[in-house]
Amino acid sequence: MIKIRELYKSYGDVKAVQGISFQVKKGELFAFLGLNGAGKSTTISIMCGQTKKDSGTVLINGQDLDENTDGIKRAIGVVFQNSVLDKPLSVYDNLKTRSALYGIVGEDFEKRLKELTELFALQDILRRPVGKLSGGQRRRVDVARAIIHNPEILILDEPTTGLDPQTRKAVWSVIEKLRKERNITVFLTTHYLEEATEADYIVILDGGKIVAEGSPLQLKNAYTCDYITLYGVAEEALKRLQKPYEKIADGYRVTVKDTAEATALILKNPELFKDYEIVKGKMDDVFLAVTGKTLKGAEV
Amino acid sequence: MKTLNALIKRNVKIFFKDKGTFFTSLITPIILLVLYVTFLYNVYEDSFLQAVPQDFVFDDKVIKGLVGGLLLSSLLAVSAVTVPFCAHLCAVQDKVTGARGDFDVSPADPKTIALGYYFATVFNGVVISLVATALGMVYLAVTGWYLSFTDALLFLLDTLLLVLFGSALSALVSYPLTTQGQLSAVGTIVSAGYGFICGAYMPISQFGEGLRNALSFLPGTYGTSLLRNHALAGAYREMANQGFPKEAIEGIRDTADCNLYFFGRQVELWQSYLVLICAILLLTGAYLLLHVLSDKKRRKSQKKA
Repeated sequence: MIKIRELYKSYGDVKAVQGISFQVKKGELFAFLGLNGAGKSTTISIMCGQTKKDSGTVLINGQDLDENTDGIKRAIGVVFQNSVLDKPLSVYDNLKTRSALYGIVGEDFEKRLKELTELFALQDILRRPVGKLSGGQRRRVDVARAIIHNPEILILDEPTTGLDPQTRKAVWSVIEKLRKERNITVFLTTHYLEEATEADYIVILDGGKIVAEGSPLQLKNAYTCDYITLYGVAEEALKRLQKPYEKIADGYRVTVKDTAEATALILKNPELFKDYEIVKGKMDDVFLAVTGKTLKGAEV
Repeated sequence: MKTLNALIKRNVKIFFKDKGTFFTSLITPIILLVLYVTFLYNVYEDSFLQAVPQDFVFDDKVIKGLVGGLLLSSLLAVSAVTVPFCAHLCAVQDKVTGARGDFDVSPADPKTIALGYYFATVFNGVVISLVATALGMVYLAVTGWYLSFTDALLFLLDTLLLVLFGSALSALVSYPLTTQGQLSAVGTIVSAGYGFICGAYMPISQFGEGLRNALSFLPGTYGTSLLRNHALAGAYREMANQGFPKEAIEGIRDTADCNLYFFGRQVELWQSYLVLICAILLLTGAYLLLHVLSDKKRRKSQKKA
C-alpha cells in the first residue's frame, strides 16, 4: 500500500530524514515511533505532498508521488496533531467545505454525510460550532473529515495527544471500527507507546534514521527481557534461581532473557512456581533499548 | 467551480463569524466617524463657510450636504480598502491554524484555493461597502441630498473599483505572511494608517507639498478623489445654482481633494480612473503570477526529486 525507498530530506544543515525505507501492507495498522524531531512529521508531510523530498521514492497505492500527487492525495486522509477545522463554523459547514475540496458536493455530499453521521454519532453535534465541541467530539469530527472522500489510507499524526484516557479509548474504538469494517490502512504516529503495541508493524525512528522495526512481538523479543512475577515465595528460596529480581507488592519480579529461559527455570524449580505469571517487556523498554531515550508514554 | 464556490462561501462565513477580524476591519471607519462627530464636522463646516463671501445669502443646507458628502466619501475610501484587507487576512490565519495544510493535503488546485480567498475578499468588501453606502445615503437624505442618479451610480462604481484595488493589494501583501505576529502587525498598520495616507482623515490638500507629492504616487489617493467628486458633485451644482462665486466653489473643490494635483498638474477624472484600473490590473496580475510561478516551481521540484 505504501512503499518508501531511500527517502532523504534536509532543512539546511538539519538532516530531518536520512535514507529511510519501509513498506506498509493493505489493512495494516502501522506505527511510526520517535521523539520530536525524529523525522516522523517530515515523512508524513512528504507523503501528503506538502513537503518536497530531496531524494528517494514514495509509492502510495501504486502511484508515484512524483508522477501523480493528486492521485495520492485522493488515496489518503489525514488526521493532524491539532484539529485544523474551522472553529467558528459548524460541523456541517466544515465537512461540506472539506468534501468540496474532493469534488463531493450536493447529493453526493449529503449521502456521504449521512454515512459519517451514523458511523461517528455526529447527529447531535452537526449544527454546533467546532470551537464549542469537547476534545473527544472534535477528534471524532477530525476523523470524519479525514475519511470524507473514502480514502484507502488513514494517516494519524499523534491523534490522541492531549486527550484524556476515556476519550483516547473512544477515538481508538472508532479507528478500530474503520479498520474492521472498511479494511482501511492506518499509518499512525504516537507518543503513547502502548498504543503502538496494538500495531501490526512498528518502525522506530531516531535522528531521521530507522533504528528498529518489526511486529511488537519481534521488537519485544529482540530488545527486551521477559519478567516472571512470583507470589507466595520466600526471598531465600528465590535467591536459588540466581537471576536478578526485585520486590514488588505481594511478591517478586524476576528478570529472564526470554520465554525459553523462563520455561527452563520453571521446569527446573517446579516447587517455587506455584503462583506466577510471565510477561514480556513493554514498548517503553524497547524504545529505551534502541534509542537510549525515554519516550513519555501513558497507559491506554 | 464547485470547489471554488464552496471555498468562497467558507471564507465569507468565517469573516462574518470571526468577530475579532470583522471589528478590526471596521476600526478605521469607526475612528473616522468618531473624528467627524467630535470635531471634523465643525472644522469642515467652518472651513467651507469661510470660503463663502461674507454678504452672500444662501441655504446652509447645501453646506450640510457638502460635509455629509465628505464624510460619506471618506468613510467609503477607507472601508473599501481596510475591510478587504482584514478579510484577506483569513488566508494568513489559515496558515497559522493549519487549515491551509488541511486544504493542501486535498487534490484541490492551489490556484483555486487562492481565488477562493480573493473572491471572498471582494464579496466581503462589496457587501460592507454597500451597507455603509446605504447608511451614508440615508444620512445624506436627512442632512442634505443633492446627488443625481448618475452621481450615485458613479459613486458605487468608484466604491467597487476601490474594493477591487483593496482586495488585490491585500492579496499581494498577505501572500508571504505566515505567522500570527505578521498578521497582527499588518492588520494594525493598515487599520491605523490607511485613513491618513488615502486622505480620508484629513484631505491631502491640507498636507505639506512634499507629503502631497509622495501621496500622489499611491493609487488609493485617486480612488478617494473619485469618491469625493461624485459624493460632492450634487452639492457643487446646487451651490452654482444658488449663485456661489465660481472661485469659492473651486476653493472648496481644492480643499476637499476633488481637484487632485500631480506635482502641480491637475489630474482629470478619467486619469484617476485610469490610474486606479491600471493599479487593480497590475496588482491582481502580480498576485496570480505569484501563484502560477509557485505552482510551476512546486511541479518542477517534484519532477526533479
